[in-house]
Amino acid sequence: MAELTYREAVIEGIAQEMRRDEKVVFLGEDIGKAGGVFKATVGLWDEFGDLRVRDTPISEQAILGAAMGAAMTGLRPIAEIMFSDFLAVCWDIVTNQIAKSRYMTGGQVDLPLVIRTANGGGARFGAQHSQSVENWAMMIPGIKVVAPSTPADVKGLLAAAIRDPDPVIFFEQKSLYATKGEVPDGEHVDEIGKAKVVREGDDVTILALALMVPRALEAAERLQAEAGISASVVDIRSLVPLDTQTILSQVKKTARVVTVEENPRLCGWGAEIASIIAEECFYDLDMPIVRITTPHIPLSSADELEDAMIPSADRIFETVRQEVD
Amino acid sequence: MLTKDKLLEFYRGMVTIRAFEEEVRKMHNAGLAPGLVHLYSGQEAVGVGACAALNSDDYIASHHRGHGHCIAKGSELDRLFAEIIGRRSGYGMGRGGSMHIYDPATFNLGTNGIVGGSVPLATGAALSAKLRGTGQVAVSFFGDGVLNQGILFESLNMAALWSLPVVFVCENNGYGEFTEIDDVTAGRPYAKRGEAFDIPSEKADGMDVLAVHEAVSKAVTRARNGDGPSFLIFDTYRYSGHHVGDKQEYKDDEERELWLSRDPIPKLADMLVAGKKIKQAELDELDAKIKVTVIAAANQAKKMPEPDADDLARHIYAA
Repeated sequence: MAELTYREAVIEGIAQEMRRDEKVVFLGEDIGKAGGVFKATVGLWDEFGDLRVRDTPISEQAILGAAMGAAMTGLRPIAEIMFSDFLAVCWDIVTNQIAKSRYMTGGQVDLPLVIRTANGGGARFGAQHSQSVENWAMMIPGIKVVAPSTPADVKGLLAAAIRDPDPVIFFEQKSLYATKGEVPDGEHVDEIGKAKVVREGDDVTILALALMVPRALEAAERLQAEAGISASVVDIRSLVPLDTQTILSQVKKTARVVTVEENPRLCGWGAEIASIIAEECFYDLDMPIVRITTPHIPLSSADELEDAMIPSADRIFETVRQEVD
Repeated sequence: MLTKDKLLEFYRGMVTIRAFEEEVRKMHNAGLAPGLVHLYSGQEAVGVGACAALNSDDYIASHHRGHGHCIAKGSELDRLFAEIIGRRSGYGMGRGGSMHIYDPATFNLGTNGIVGGSVPLATGAALSAKLRGTGQVAVSFFGDGVLNQGILFESLNMAALWSLPVVFVCENNGYGEFTEIDDVTAGRPYAKRGEAFDIPSEKADGMDVLAVHEAVSKAVTRARNGDGPSFLIFDTYRYSGHHVGDKQEYKDDEERELWLSRDPIPKLADMLVAGKKIKQAELDELDAKIKVTVIAAANQAKKMPEPDADDLARHIYAA
C-alpha cells in the first residue's frame, strides 16, 4: 500500500491503463504540457508524448465529438472536460450522440470512452465552476456515472472505466484532489456498479457520494460519540449502474435512511434512490426518508455563502440526530 | 480520364438513389415509414461523386438527409428500407429510423439527427486513423445549415491544427429547413469559413457528379498524403423539400425549373450518349433494371419481421 493523493491516483490510473493498452489516448484542455488545471495529469505528457496525450483548444464539443469518433473507430479515448459545468457546453454530444449510439444502432457500436471531469463545490469558484451535476448524467440512459471519494477508488474505478465497453462519465470532486489515502500497490482495477459500506452501524443508514462521503463519516463518528447513534455509511460510488442490493440491505437493517447529496435538491440522485427505497422496502422503514441536499439555488462564491449551501458534517450530524431521536 | 465503367458506376449510383427515394416516398405516404423522411433526390451527384473517390475502408459520417450516402458507400438496400420502415432486420433493429442508420461494414459512422453531428465524428475518426497509422480518410457530409453551427468552427480548427485526414463536404441545397440559407448567413463566399483556418477550400457544382468527384478526389489525395483537411461546398438542390409532405410554398416554379434543368442524372446520361460511350436505349434498359432491383428490395423489407418490444431493453449497455 502506498499513500497517494486523490490527484496522484488520477495520474496513476490513467498511466496504468496507457501503459497496458496503446489504444488508450487522452485529450483535453491543459492536460499535457501544463499537467492539468488541477495538476491531476502531471507527467502523462512526458511519459506518453503528444500523440497520445493531446492538448486541445477550448472546444468542448469538438473534444467530445472527436473522442466519440475515435472511440467508434478503434481507440479508447479519455476526454477531459475541465469543469463539469462545461458539460452543458457539449451536452448534445453527451446525450444525443454518445449515450444513444449503442442503442440506436442495435448494439453495433462499442463506445469505450471515458469523460473525466472536475465536479462539485468547496473551492469557491462560483456558480459556473462549482456545480455538482452527477444527477444530470444519471438521467440519461446509455451512460455510466461514477464518482469516487477516495484515492484507491479513483485509481481502481478509473481503470475500470477505461476498460469498460460503454461510455462512462467520471466525476472527480475537485475539493478532494489534495486528500490522501492508501492505494493498493501494483495493478489495481475495481468494479463499476458496486457500492461500499464504509462504516457499519445499526440505527440509521447514510447514503453519500464523493465529497459527501468523508463528511458523512465525520458526522457518523460524532453521532456515535455525542448522541449514541450508530450510523452505517454507504459510499454509493456509482449512480449508473446503481448497487440497489447493497443500499436496500443496509436500509432494511437500520430501518432509517438519510441521503446526503451535493447536487441541488430538485431531481437530485437522492430523490431517485428515495423512490426506489419507498417502492422496495417501505414497510421496513421506521421513519420517513430524509434528504440532505444543497438547496435549489445557484451556488455562491463567498466562503460563508457556499458553506451555507453545501451539506457539511455539522448539518449531517444535526439533521440525523434530530430525525433519529 | 475516367473509364466508361467508372462513369456507368456513377450513373447506376445516382439512379439507384433516385429510385430508392421514390420508394421511400411511397412508403411514407402509405404510412409505413414512421416520423419524417428527408429525401436525397436532387443531391445524388454529391454523395455518389464523393463516395466514389473513397476506398471501401474510408469513413463517412452523414446527416439527416443521408440515405444517398449509405447507398453510395455500399449499404444493402433491403436493410436500409427495413430501418426506415422500422423492421427488426434494419441496420438499427428498427430503433434508429431514417436519421440514425449506422453500418460498420461500409465504415459509415451513421446518418445523424443533429445538425452538425457528422462534423466532429468524422474529425475524430480521422484522428483515430492518423494515430493508428492506417491511411484511412474520413468524410463529413453536412448541410448548409451547419455553416452557422459552432461545432463546425471547433472541428475545422482542430482538424487544421492537427492536420487530420478529413474532408468536410457541405451540401448547400439552398435551404435550412424552410428558410433560405442566404437569408440567415453572413460571410460570403461560404468557402471562406474553411479558408479562415488555412484549409484548402473550394466551391464546385453539386449537380455535376464529375465536378464533385474531381474535387473530392483531390481532397482525399491531400488527406491521404498527410497534408490535412479540405473544405468543399457543393451547390445542389433538394427536390422534395425538407421532408416528404413539405408543400414547399417558399419556392417558386422558376427556381424549381432552373434546378430541374440541371439535374445530374440526365446531365451524365447526355454526356455518355453524346460521347458515344453508350446508347440511350441501353441506359433506359439500365434504368428499368435498377428500378426492378430497388422495388424488389423494398418489397423484401416490407416482408421483414416487425421489431419485438421484448427486445426494448437490449443494447442500452454492452451485455
